Amino acid sequence: MAVDYTTQAAGGIGDAVLRKEDRKFVTGEGRYVDDLKLPAMLHAAFVRSPFGHARITSIDAAAALALPGVHAVLTNESLPVETGVLSASNPGGDVRHPEQAILAKEFARYVGEPVAMVIADDRYLARDGADLVHVEYDPLPVVVDAEKALEDGAPLVHAEYDSNLVKTLEHVTDGFDDAMAKAPKVLKLRVDNQRLTPTAMETRGCIGDWQEATGEVTLYTSTQVAHFVRTFVSIVCGTSEAKVRVVTPDVGGGFGAKLNTYREEFAVCAASHAVGRPVKWIEDRTEAGVATIHGRAQVQYYEVGVTDEGKIVALKFDAIQNNGAYNQLLTPSISHLTLFMVPGLYDIQDISIRIRQAFTNTTPTDAYRGAGRPEATHGIERLMDAIADELGIDAAEVRRRNFIQPEQFPYTSATGLSYDSGSYDANLDLALELSDYATFEARRAESEKNGKYRGIGLSTYVEVCGLAPSAVTAALGIGAPGWEHSTVRLHPTGKATVITGTSPHGQGHATSWSQITQTELGIPFEDVEVIHGDTAFQPYGLGTYGSRSLAVGGIALYRSLGKVREKARELAAHLLECSVDDMEWTGTAWQVKGSPDRSKTIQELAYAGWTSASLPEGIEPVLEATTFHDPPNFTFPSGTHVCEVEIDPETGRVTVVNYTAVDDCGNVINPLIVDGQVHGGIIQGLGQALFEETVYGADGQMLTPTLVEYLVPSAADVPSMTLARTVTPSPSNPLGVKGIGEAGTIGASAAIVNAAVDALSGLGVRHIDMPMQPARIWNVMQEAKS
Amino acid sequence: MGETITVTVNGTAHTAEVEPRTLLVHFLREQLNLTGTHIGCDTSTCGCCTVHLDGETILSCSTLAIQCDGREVRTVEGLQAADGTLHPIQQAFHENHGLQCGYCTPGMMMAAVGIIEQQPNASDDEIREALEGNLCRCTGYQNIVASIRTASEQMARS
Repeated sequence: MAVDYTTQAAGGIGDAVLRKEDRKFVTGEGRYVDDLKLPAMLHAAFVRSPFGHARITSIDAAAALALPGVHAVLTNESLPVETGVLSASNPGGDVRHPEQAILAKEFARYVGEPVAMVIADDRYLARDGADLVHVEYDPLPVVVDAEKALEDGAPLVHAEYDSNLVKTLEHVTDGFDDAMAKAPKVLKLRVDNQRLTPTAMETRGCIGDWQEATGEVTLYTSTQVAHFVRTFVSIVCGTSEAKVRVVTPDVGGGFGAKLNTYREEFAVCAASHAVGRPVKWIEDRTEAGVATIHGRAQVQYYEVGVTDEGKIVALKFDAIQNNGAYNQLLTPSISHLTLFMVPGLYDIQDISIRIRQAFTNTTPTDAYRGAGRPEATHGIERLMDAIADELGIDAAEVRRRNFIQPEQFPYTSATGLSYDSGSYDANLDLALELSDYATFEARRAESEKNGKYRGIGLSTYVEVCGLAPSAVTAALGIGAPGWEHSTVRLHPTGKATVITGTSPHGQGHATSWSQITQTELGIPFEDVEVIHGDTAFQPYGLGTYGSRSLAVGGIALYRSLGKVREKARELAAHLLECSVDDMEWTGTAWQVKGSPDRSKTIQELAYAGWTSASLPEGIEPVLEATTFHDPPNFTFPSGTHVCEVEIDPETGRVTVVNYTAVDDCGNVINPLIVDGQVHGGIIQGLGQALFEETVYGADGQMLTPTLVEYLVPSAADVPSMTLARTVTPSPSNPLGVKGIGEAGTIGASAAIVNAAVDALSGLGVRHIDMPMQPARIWNVMQEAKS
Repeated sequence: MGETITVTVNGTAHTAEVEPRTLLVHFLREQLNLTGTHIGCDTSTCGCCTVHLDGETILSCSTLAIQCDGREVRTVEGLQAADGTLHPIQQAFHENHGLQCGYCTPGMMMAAVGIIEQQPNASDDEIREALEGNLCRCTGYQNIVASIRTASEQMARS
């Protein structure tokens, strides 16, 4: 079913064509939400809780309202909304869903929770007004640590429940107890996958514009999921979904943090309704540190049964997920993805998994690049090294002994997934070769001469992408489907418009979708326009997240292109007066088999379909088709990353000196874009491994709200990477594609930590948690030496 | 309460009234509608707002508009030639896939032009060091460094 696309023409599938969306961005003509101005537009600023947990006893807005230029101060009581923030995870199911009012109702449960909203003439005045709103708080006991939150007697984040437990995920195979009991050796490992702040360079922002005469609401917002936002705005604001229009202008990065529906998006709509003018809110970076979701925040306890040869016979995984103070759009579902991927790419059939989710007095967590899968991969890849170390087996060899083998595909995992394809040995072999793994000890010795510790680390991963078959999301209790939409429209002049339900924010869909269109329909790359991100003109789309755009949205496009091509065939047969069966597709035209002189180009057929002067029986005018594609399965990209680090014993600084990544994302539409995704993904994984950590004090104060405390890697902190690919096309879709947006992040962190542990193994170091900032490494070295 | 200032931006003189506290970036974006210069933080850390002031690379988020009275500012909108030909740095970012979401790109390119002018023969490591004040969350920097190297070679030849 999968097709070989490796020999396509310039501009088609497989070509590293330069991106068509670049010009507006390099000339400063991109249009992000803060670049938009509406007539009579006002600006909003939020008053946010300075306490991790408090009862709000009074709000005095008099001084703010007295400030010239301030139009309104809205609170929970005066904001015109019907309900609080909605979640799509297990609505009505076995999950605790406390009310999350748009503006805090009586209680504030994390630092940064919005309490009041000031509307003013400009952003400076709105901020001035916010500073003049006087709120009285009665502080309450706080819990920020998820493990402590689940202990008896912990302060309750929501007093209406008898504990802070949100939900427990459990999955135990029948043979687990027996297999673990019989295991020759049992190892244990605790891994802390720290809390992260996603940090798209463009913060969130939105403009609400409620037209009183018609009741129509337009929301311009920096989001990955415009239609989700529309559905929820209509419910929260109590208006018809048909009257809500959500527009996604250019979006400056998302990484999962904009796969959400946020209080501020509802608030600007409701505020516009209240004041009768458009209201814009743009998030400050410091505000983003508390107001936008965080990611990860999972503590894991592994117990693994192994044979003396390093074969895993049983695996126990017990984790605690910190959900924060409320459930956002998908919060309770993120650790489902962890659960899926606990066994990784290893053939482990006896497994026991428990994940407990806890409320804490912190910003809610939700999807951040990889969303649950990096946690699983990092943990098991640390575990593989622990096994190798314990048994004295090479780290690559112990992985090889546990890999699922190519002949086992489709492989049913112990967590119920059906892995589509892969060649894990091929990934590993190529990565070891490219990284000169075999000669590493010479480089270690060279570094030692220079007074540096050097180590090498591996990470082999598989991820579940292409979210998602709707039957699976339903089985998981997610109140949303996983299909995607596309429309292909041919114009009388032979140009094509592609409307996609995906929502690119850096991924280059305009380019890749044009390439697919050229290859499948013969319309030249430059004659294709790809449009998206406005609910007014496009059918429902699910958006861009979970490495799904190509594997789901790209296939929706492929199918629409096929429908148009087939309709064009009937038209061509009719015009050429022969049977449909006698037609053959040349790549750009339909011709009578073996008769190139009797043919119709796709452009000629587009014109004929439009003029409709002579149509075959039963065929409607115009070459246009729409598809809603629901994937039959996920896709399963895989890879091997190899990292070498040097550690300075004087400072504890870890420097990545070599990095090699081999990724198998199936067939590739544009190698340039794929490499770019891998580059960026790896550096985000490196950020987690070395620098990034969102820290709360025990009192609930956020200690890392700005880019001064929260260390996003700079160019000077990161290496140049060596990338390569293997290709096992996915059999689940006709393009054989798998997805690449999250692979780098999923593969990277474990390779880097494993390298650092290896570097310090001579000191007896066996494990290091992230982030490996110099102070932590220095302390690890001192402890090991003493 | 306004102050009247005259600032030459991309070769055009603009006289306007601003509050003393108005930041240059807001003056450019809100009053002159030059929205190519972006804001990515509030701590002078990210470099998204990088512009040139009298030929020097500065952060427009930590410069007051009134400080620019009588001076010359160059923004991303001033990079390309009047006939639409891209500046070598713009062309290089395009050809090397040096951008993804595009949000950091204007500041990144303005910083890059400053680096090339200061260190025309900078090595990759020197480019990385000089670029420390400009954050990108999408690209992992590899293609940005390649873009700057390419533009540097191109500008040296021309």
